[in-house]
Amino acid sequence: MTQLIVEPMGDSALLIQFGANVNEAVHAAVQAAASCLERQAFEGFLECVPSFTTLTVYYDLEKLKRSAEHTSAFEFVRCRVEELLKDSGAMPADSRQIIEIPVCYGGEHGPDLSYVAEINGLSEEEVIRIHTGQDFLVYALGFAPGFPYLGGVPERISAPRKATPRLHIPAGSVGIAGTQTGIYPLETPGGWQIIGRTPLALFRPGDQPPVLVQSGQMIRFKAIRTADYERLGGGCR
Amino acid sequence: MSIEVLKRGLLTTVQDMGRTGYGKYGVSTSGAMDGYAYKLANWLVGNSGSEAVLELTWSGFSLRFLQDSLVSITGADLSPECGGLTVPMWRPVLFREGSELAFRRPVSGSRSYLAISGGIDVPVVMGSKSTYIRAGIGGLNGRALESGDILHAGKSGRTAEFSSACQQKDAPFQAVRWSAAPRRPYIQANQIVRVTHGRQFADFRSESIDQFYQGVYTVKPESDRMGFRLSGPTLALEAPKEYISEGVVSGTVQVPADGQPIILMADRQTLGGYPKIAQVATVDLPRIAQLAPGGSLRFLEITPSESEMLYMQQVQAMRALQCMINCKLKEGFHDED
Repeated sequence: MTQLIVEPMGDSALLIQFGANVNEAVHAAVQAAASCLERQAFEGFLECVPSFTTLTVYYDLEKLKRSAEHTSAFEFVRCRVEELLKDSGAMPADSRQIIEIPVCYGGEHGPDLSYVAEINGLSEEEVIRIHTGQDFLVYALGFAPGFPYLGGVPERISAPRKATPRLHIPAGSVGIAGTQTGIYPLETPGGWQIIGRTPLALFRPGDQPPVLVQSGQMIRFKAIRTADYERLGGGCR
Repeated sequence: MSIEVLKRGLLTTVQDMGRTGYGKYGVSTSGAMDGYAYKLANWLVGNSGSEAVLELTWSGFSLRFLQDSLVSITGADLSPECGGLTVPMWRPVLFREGSELAFRRPVSGSRSYLAISGGIDVPVVMGSKSTYIRAGIGGLNGRALESGDILHAGKSGRTAEFSSACQQKDAPFQAVRWSAAPRRPYIQANQIVRVTHGRQFADFRSESIDQFYQGVYTVKPESDRMGFRLSGPTLALEAPKEYISEGVVSGTVQVPADGQPIILMADRQTLGGYPKIAQVATVDLPRIAQLAPGGSLRFLEITPSESEMLYMQQVQAMRALQCMINCKLKEGFHDED
């Protein structure tokens, strides 16, 4: 494994950087490290939050079992983490679970589908075919509870963010921003180009885990008709 | 024990220590903004330090006690009044059944904490009772309190002890004479906030770094539980750069493209993509939480080990304080005359 960069994030967290660029290999290393720390939590470990190239580790200063050799809590946690991660390696890609997400594209559910088609010189049907034609890796959850950041959108259907974000994007909306695509779990403001909507709930506060998709899983979009969208429970939220 | 909300106030929510372990799903920590006042409020009514309390913002909140209740009010002074009398803060107060408590106007600070012996009884959602309005979870139905809401508190032996020892039978409330108010008040309109370097500190222009430490920043009105937006000297990067989003913490000071810093607070997003110039020492988060719009702050640079040391010193001071409070609570009203 390449040399990790470990830096303090204030007095109660540190951040580990696994690479400079977003790619599947770096992502796999982040995922492996997160699951390794969760399995072998040291006393005082609170949680860790994986992102594209980094893992932030949160700890409780009061509960760390420090010995005198460590000048600071940061140094202590850094040593513990480096020791635990020595053999964590990378998450094997074939262990990734694929989650199918039904999406009703265009129309009232995807008001920006025509725009995305137009700026790329495609028909709406071609955009849908490309968006449903490959699996996307969930690089991270963030922005809102359960919001998956999916990378690897082909340039052929990429689109810039809206200059002025919409104030209300309905829950379930599927958007494109640059070469990223994502799904809004809650009604929030947002600037992504909305091409469709899924009737599935991505944030499930009563469940364990409370989200439909997790970092490290794959998403496959499937086009459905408006009637199916309503049958699957969409539109009544 | 139950209370009835008479007036909702600007923003009143149920909060505890917050959610741990759900950051990876994009769920904010939430929890009390002023963790110091929160813990003391709980200890003063005989609770463990992690029960749910009410966090009151600014003004306008009032409630009625439907039974005798042992209560403490800490944090901001929002002029609590009952039966025409000022209710003393930072101590246990027994309110008699039917009495009404109103928060008239802010005198100092922004957020008051009201703890009831036994703790506010709402369902635990993902390990916490804290309200997270954006996701509609925790607290009372995932929302701020409304007029007419009834909240219940857990069982408490302390309330019965204080109730039977209460000498002023006709008064709407009785308070003990001692208080656990901080000797050096930390709630002020102008604050010094201690910070360590943020991850992208070195990417900022040296003039911007100087201005960051020398300038005065004012709290903008659009500040909330997610973040405190500041206005002051504009901060610029040495060269424009795109950053990859990464996990942030409460007290992260990030700088969006307009150069005006934002301090992330309890309801912050889990990931942030703006460059981070600084990181507030955990012990100084309550000072920020209590700033009102228009209040100001200056940043003071400390080292990471100083930040850790301040934290551990506070832990020790609070342990001692908790012991003293526990001893005094055993006396109840008995030392009062």
